[in-house]
Amino acid sequence: MPKISTHSSLFDAALLGEAVKESFLRLNPVILARNPVMFTVGVSSVLATFFTLRDAVLGLPFIVGGQIALWLWITVLFGNFAEAVAEGRGKAQAESLRKTKTETPAKKVTSVDAKTWDIVSATSLRVGDLIVAEAGDVIAGDGEIVKGIATVDESSITGESAPVIRESGGDRSAVTGGTRVLTDRIVIEIRANPGESFLDRMIGLVEGATRQKTPNEIALNILLVGLTLIFLIVCVTLQGFAAYSGAMIPVIYLIALLITLIPTTIGGLLSAIGIAGMDRLVAFNVVAKSGRAVEAAGDIDTLLLDKTGTITLGNRMASAFIPVDGASEEELAKAAMLSSLADDTPEGKSIIRLAEEKFGWHAQDRQTPDMRFVPFSAHTRMSGVDTDSLSIRKGAPDSILILSGNSGSAETLRSVERVAKTGGTPLLVAQDKKILGVVHLKDIIKPGIHERFSTLRRMGIRTVMITGDNPVTAAAIAAEAGVDDFLAEASPEKKLELIRREQASGKLVAMCGDGSNDAPALAQADVGVAMNTGTSAAREAGNMIDLDSDPTKLIEIVMIGKQLLMSRGALTTFSIANDVAKYFAIIPALFMGIYPGMKALNLMRLASPESAILSAIIFNALILIALVPLALRGVAYHPAPASVILRRNLAIYGGGGVILPFMGIKAIDLIVSGLMG
Amino acid sequence: MTGSSLGLFLLYMGVSVALALPCAWFLARLFAPASCAFCAFGRLTLRLAGAQAAQEQPWMTYAASVLIFNALGGVLLFALLVFQSYLPLNPQNFPDVPALLALNIAVSFVTNTNWQAYGGESTLSYFSQMVGLGVQNYLSAATGLAVAFAVIRGLTRKETPLLGNFYADTLRVTLYVLLPLSLLLGVFLIAQGVPQNFAPYVQATGLEGSAQTLPQGPVASQMAIMILGSNGGGFFNVNAAHPYQNPTPLSNAAQMIGILLLPIALVIGFGRMVGDRRQGWALFASMVLLFTALFFLCLAAESAPHPALAALHVDQTFSPTNPGGNMEGKEARFGIFDSVFWSMASTATSNGSVNAMLDSYMPLAGVIPLFNMLVGEVIFGGIGCGLYGILIYVLIAVFIAGLMVGRTPEYLGKKIESHEVKWAVFAMLLYPLCVLGGGVISLLSAAGAKSIAAAGAHGLTQTLYAYASAAANNGSSFAGLNANTDFQNIALAVVMLIGRYGVIIPVLAIAGSLAAKKTVPPSSGTLPTHSALFVVLLTGVILLFGGLTYFPVLALGPIAEHLSLFAG
Repeated sequence: MPKISTHSSLFDAALLGEAVKESFLRLNPVILARNPVMFTVGVSSVLATFFTLRDAVLGLPFIVGGQIALWLWITVLFGNFAEAVAEGRGKAQAESLRKTKTETPAKKVTSVDAKTWDIVSATSLRVGDLIVAEAGDVIAGDGEIVKGIATVDESSITGESAPVIRESGGDRSAVTGGTRVLTDRIVIEIRANPGESFLDRMIGLVEGATRQKTPNEIALNILLVGLTLIFLIVCVTLQGFAAYSGAMIPVIYLIALLITLIPTTIGGLLSAIGIAGMDRLVAFNVVAKSGRAVEAAGDIDTLLLDKTGTITLGNRMASAFIPVDGASEEELAKAAMLSSLADDTPEGKSIIRLAEEKFGWHAQDRQTPDMRFVPFSAHTRMSGVDTDSLSIRKGAPDSILILSGNSGSAETLRSVERVAKTGGTPLLVAQDKKILGVVHLKDIIKPGIHERFSTLRRMGIRTVMITGDNPVTAAAIAAEAGVDDFLAEASPEKKLELIRREQASGKLVAMCGDGSNDAPALAQADVGVAMNTGTSAAREAGNMIDLDSDPTKLIEIVMIGKQLLMSRGALTTFSIANDVAKYFAIIPALFMGIYPGMKALNLMRLASPESAILSAIIFNALILIALVPLALRGVAYHPAPASVILRRNLAIYGGGGVILPFMGIKAIDLIVSGLMG
Repeated sequence: MTGSSLGLFLLYMGVSVALALPCAWFLARLFAPASCAFCAFGRLTLRLAGAQAAQEQPWMTYAASVLIFNALGGVLLFALLVFQSYLPLNPQNFPDVPALLALNIAVSFVTNTNWQAYGGESTLSYFSQMVGLGVQNYLSAATGLAVAFAVIRGLTRKETPLLGNFYADTLRVTLYVLLPLSLLLGVFLIAQGVPQNFAPYVQATGLEGSAQTLPQGPVASQMAIMILGSNGGGFFNVNAAHPYQNPTPLSNAAQMIGILLLPIALVIGFGRMVGDRRQGWALFASMVLLFTALFFLCLAAESAPHPALAALHVDQTFSPTNPGGNMEGKEARFGIFDSVFWSMASTATSNGSVNAMLDSYMPLAGVIPLFNMLVGEVIFGGIGCGLYGILIYVLIAVFIAGLMVGRTPEYLGKKIESHEVKWAVFAMLLYPLCVLGGGVISLLSAAGAKSIAAAGAHGLTQTLYAYASAAANNGSSFAGLNANTDFQNIALAVVMLIGRYGVIIPVLAIAGSLAAKKTVPPSSGTLPTHSALFVVLLTGVILLFGGLTYFPVLALGPIAEHLSLFAG
């Protein structure tokens, strides 16, 4: 199963062909009416066509009017095309998803321990039903494992080929319909009705057919409708003012003026931008349950990140041997190494590696037949080794202290405290109940994470690290990783309370989580990203699901949200700024007949009134299609403070939006007037 | 234009700002009275006014109070005018004002427009001027300031529907701001020679030996509030060009500064009120930028030689004995600079008084006062309404720019969402509808066209100016348009009402919705609204929206006139 298409190119031929067809189908007034700006263009096209035909029948000149009408139709088609391309790309993704949704028969059972099952269709399954899946079966629907453990191939939805382990209880109990059980047998309780499953939602989302408009999109739409109405007032009354001044303007010219003034560029691209934003997220292997969540991601003020797995690597590593009470470092290292020879944990291995590196030993050479290893237990909280001559233990400081039978020397306690203060975990090593020293186990901060946090800070986002560690350790790691704040000894309640507190002060909070106990916090957060490996409770509570289960992705999600809003703002600015040049093209052309002096306003020195109006309307159509790739790709986003971004975008899309059409209209005029002769 | 123009400009502006600073401080205290001496008196007056007046109001109640209060004021004023002959202080025995004219006057003064379809000294008794117009001069100004207070509360408050109490705001503003300042200015004007009496008109023989009637009256008291309250309705027909209304260079300077004083003070005080003074200075900077640029454009156009006179080889160069430029329609006492500064100040704010005839300005000079009104009078703007007017532009600027930085747009920590955009767009839509729609109907209808004195492009400008002036609640007139016809009296009254309440209701609705929201603390991800960049952005949005909406019609009016004039 291929990974969900990551668009290597923006367009491919088949998709474009389909989009061209769609552009014509969308001329249907009912569909067009969903977009008020483009609907206005559509109505204008009809009117322009009518006036052209009337002129043709009456034997009046109609060539220029006909060309204007033609370009108006082209403008509508271009707008439709932009939307169709964006939706087409989504559909292509949906298609590849749908292929995984084969009609699998399900083995329905009546109870968890039932030995027999009925074969039923997957579509007949309802929430609460129990099914069995054995090695080789495709899981029939989203659900939660209630019994058993299995390896599951989830490549159909994540694109990740390595199988994952899913088991009942704990935080890895959710399974997704369409994935395949590779080994063992599990009993699954269905958690989604047909049509509401994860896959269904994902398909619906990328297809864009049922796309709900997001709050900012609605607000922007209102502004665009307002601008359209204002320009409608301007153009309608202009005919009256012109009539008073002594000459009526040909209606078709007035229509051309209206269409060049109303924000067709952003109006035509608005829904394409929205669909493409969703698309980028899905291509990034994140599924948002609503567009609202994607938009909210751009507004995030506070980011809650779990320490383990997000900020630090999952494992701690030994980083130093600190001998105490007269023991030598070599003595301590040797004892620690011996006690770890049979210790398979990453911490144990790292102790051996450190000892080998420091003293050039070969750990395996030290193994003697009389060694009896004492494994770690949650009860004793220590592990070690006994030989005929000595007994070594390493473990949590308090357990070792109890073992040693005294409360520890001042030096021991100081060393333990020092390690804890720098964010490390101290391990005490004792030989024959005498404490030799401390092994410093260190959390390893993920490489590059410090830079990511400073990037976030530049974007104005505060990062808070969530950890179960004590405040001292947490503070040290927080400082090293560069997060702005931390929540130590975190419990689900404390997490929830932190989110509520942030929200009460007006901030928007994002977090990710996977466990069932994360569910309340995920639901409370404005953007809650559930890990795909998590429980179904977590996946239900979050408003996004990360298929790769990579918590650092929150940062990219925020960026995609911002990019979505920026693209809309930038194209709106560009669209409005364009009007300046269009005025200087059309106004002198309209009024030169009444006031010959008006040619002074013809700054671009356009050849004739007809070529000027045509050039403006052609520019208006061409700029729409030229900006489709930008709308689909999104405006470039480099993390920076808002003022820097504003300066940049204002210069490009505001300044550029004023200047570009002057050059564009002039260039088109040269061609048009050349063709007109 | 000479170096001394710049010096004089800086002097007028400098004094205005210097005087505005303490007023700004005082307005901010008044906005949120904590515990101060004058509050005790305020509470007492409020109790006298009725217990209800002390209760805070949500936006709809606040808006309803504005409407009811102004409607009652309008009815009272209308009654005073139509029964003028039965009322005292009418030494000239003026008859009752005709109903339609009275309607126009009542609407005009209640909406703080002070459009004058009548000649004051030939129509109204002293009683009508003082008790009728004078009272509304105060109350309409106080209404504007009260609404501005409510809107600012919308920005500063968190999670409450309440915007303050309209009656309490109006009372405080009238008692502590308008009355004391008017008293000061009034006394100063009397000292400069402005009449303040109830004497009958004086018959005199002029220098050239012809008989003259010299009007009298309580002029100074009326002038003081008409200057300070962005009213602009003159006691006399020719307004501040009349020697009794504006006798000396000092009275001229004091009045120009008085026009700018409270609008500037409110913008600067806005920063204090929202707890971040830079916010006020940013709006101020944008306004000063526009004011300065437009003023010097206007001055340059007026100072340039008139092509028709130049063709006759008339010397029009500036010298100690020659004012240079276009002196038609100007008081020789004031000259070009003071005339242009007055018209600039008076149309940038919503004052509307004149000391020179705008009709006689060069086309490109006359377009500046018109443009000031067309952008909605947000360059300082009227008392109160200038601030809430520019806040609509701010919302639009913040909305577009906010999207561009990748966040849901915010202003002062308040998210700007579809509800706010809807009302802002609604307000922005009504205005061109009034100006362009009203203008075109007036030009094309038989009843409206009768009023136009000049044909062609100039006639278009006259009509457009009248409708812009009414919609912006400015009240200044281009002259040359006969406003006292049934058609214009009714049409302009309608436009004045829409222009006033078509903005007040939307901004109060916006304030109500903002007050109910949480306030998001700023971060480096939020768009700063106090930076130089934002000033540029806001200025650009004002120019772009104003320009885009009105460029076509301006092209057919003043621009066409200019191009024809200079083409030969």
